[in-house]
Amino acid sequence: MTHDSKWVRWLVHSVLMGFSIACIIPFVLLIMSSISSEDSIIMNGYSFWPDQFSSKAYAYLWDHWGELGRAYGVTVFITVFGTAASLAMTSMLAYPMSRQDIPLKNFWALLVFFTLLFNGGLVPTYLIYTQVFEIKNTIWALLVPGLLMNGFNVLLVRTFFMTSVPPALIEAAYIDGAGEIKTFIKIVLPLSAPIMATIGLFEAILYWNDWFNGMTYVTNPKLFSIQNILNRIITDIQFLSNNSNLSSTASSKMSELPSTSVRMAIAVVGVLPILIAYPFFQKYFIKGITIGAVK
Amino acid sequence: MGSTAKRWKRFTPLFLLMIPGLAYLIVNNYLPMFGMIIAFKDVNFSKGILGSDWIGFKNFEYLFKTADAYIITRNTILYNGAFIVINTIGAVSLAILLNEIRKKFFQRFYQSIVILPHLISMVIVSYLVYAMLSSETGLINKSILPLLGVDPIAWYSNKEYWPYILTIVNIWKGIGFLSVVYLASIISIDPEYYEAATIDGASKWHQIRSITFPLITPVITMMTLLAIGRIFHSDFGLFYQVPMDSGVLSETTNVIDTYVYRALMNLGDIGMSSAAGVYQSVVGFVLVILSNYAVRKFSKDNALF
Repeated sequence: MTHDSKWVRWLVHSVLMGFSIACIIPFVLLIMSSISSEDSIIMNGYSFWPDQFSSKAYAYLWDHWGELGRAYGVTVFITVFGTAASLAMTSMLAYPMSRQDIPLKNFWALLVFFTLLFNGGLVPTYLIYTQVFEIKNTIWALLVPGLLMNGFNVLLVRTFFMTSVPPALIEAAYIDGAGEIKTFIKIVLPLSAPIMATIGLFEAILYWNDWFNGMTYVTNPKLFSIQNILNRIITDIQFLSNNSNLSSTASSKMSELPSTSVRMAIAVVGVLPILIAYPFFQKYFIKGITIGAVK
Repeated sequence: MGSTAKRWKRFTPLFLLMIPGLAYLIVNNYLPMFGMIIAFKDVNFSKGILGSDWIGFKNFEYLFKTADAYIITRNTILYNGAFIVINTIGAVSLAILLNEIRKKFFQRFYQSIVILPHLISMVIVSYLVYAMLSSETGLINKSILPLLGVDPIAWYSNKEYWPYILTIVNIWKGIGFLSVVYLASIISIDPEYYEAATIDGASKWHQIRSITFPLITPVITMMTLLAIGRIFHSDFGLFYQVPMDSGVLSETTNVIDTYVYRALMNLGDIGMSSAAGVYQSVVGFVLVILSNYAVRKFSKDNALF
């Protein structure tokens, strides 16, 4: 019996360990290629243990820090500012909706809920943002479309307010003469730290990782986030390798592009903050997945 | 009546709080819904969107005459259908295994690692895939295939491999996340069931089959139906970034989302792209309603509405 369960435990561990390795190994390859010498990549391809190590790629990044540092600044700015704005807007919309006695209660709920079921799609969204609001090549393009607030989070926060903030507390504050907004800021929000932390974390990851808005609404390299720089490098390589037989300038352009190890180094710089911060927030992240699942 | 007026007055500051959020929903969600009318127009920017001529279903006629309409519909449904089946089976199995781990340290460790791929952007994923598959420098062509004595394969110019590649990438990125969702519902099962079963001498395998599995079936059914409701919407990044927007691969990698994007951004074809977008939104909406209806039949508590 014990012999049998020991055997099972080994099997469980080895399957999980196998899958865990599969999850991690591409990152190892990425990091190792960024510290490989260019020659060993060309000779042997990307590998887990290069023939020759080299810090040249990072030295190159250091020398070209102007462009990359700027992109980093853009990414940090949209992550911080976008997450803060998102939390403010989400909670400000969700709180009144959570109140039992608010006029038109069902209407507000339907208004938010319907956005989860139906959307106009990319084309009208794109045209409205570019033609009506003219956000092309502005910082708003990275902050606003699609990311700033979503109905799902609003409903999640509303449910939290409804279940975790006792209405008696709100009523007591009202009777004591506290204004509605004061009650919201001084009583409701401090009680809602867990849900705010969870949603803030998800929003921050969303902003940090976003490349879609930059690719769609931004052509000015000064506004590129780190993800957009990475995306642009791939696009250029694809373009040049598809058209290399068309022009002789293509091959000289090709040599101006960052070398393979440099590309990998930029990608490392792009994921590293997440990988470093992950051990600290993984607990909340796992909790967040669970909250989202039970809606 | 008096009390209604008083209620409105009391709530005025709260209504003010709602303004930014509501304004955003109008701009980001409701205006584009009304903007869908452009699919029925011959858009001419000199006349403005509202002033352009109505052309009825012409754009849709053009769209459905192309071979693309069939290809993108087929790809979208086949890929997402395969993802639903494979990811569900994989994630439930993974969750059951994770639940067998008793040591706190290992629980944390495995959970953290398997959701790691979910945290990174598709652009980074496309770099990781490129490091594996690049024809001149990829790990597979340079290190793995030579070991097996197989000739290098030009992955990025052979479309027949991509259904497998994209499925594997999708599993890699999404399965850990999904398994944590299922794990949450397994953990909420009352431990007394297992204690009773152990006393009766039921084996682990038997317990999984007759306790764990039946008790999480409602969650599996609900998640699957919801996923079916979204079968017309694809993970844009997966289909756009991972094949590196390569035209050669489009027959097996083009889905509705990527088709709409390319038709709009690369070709500037508003008629075709908006028609495809409306097709996606409307069919998608009908599927959500149907799947919700199915969820309701099955369990009222789990339905969205």
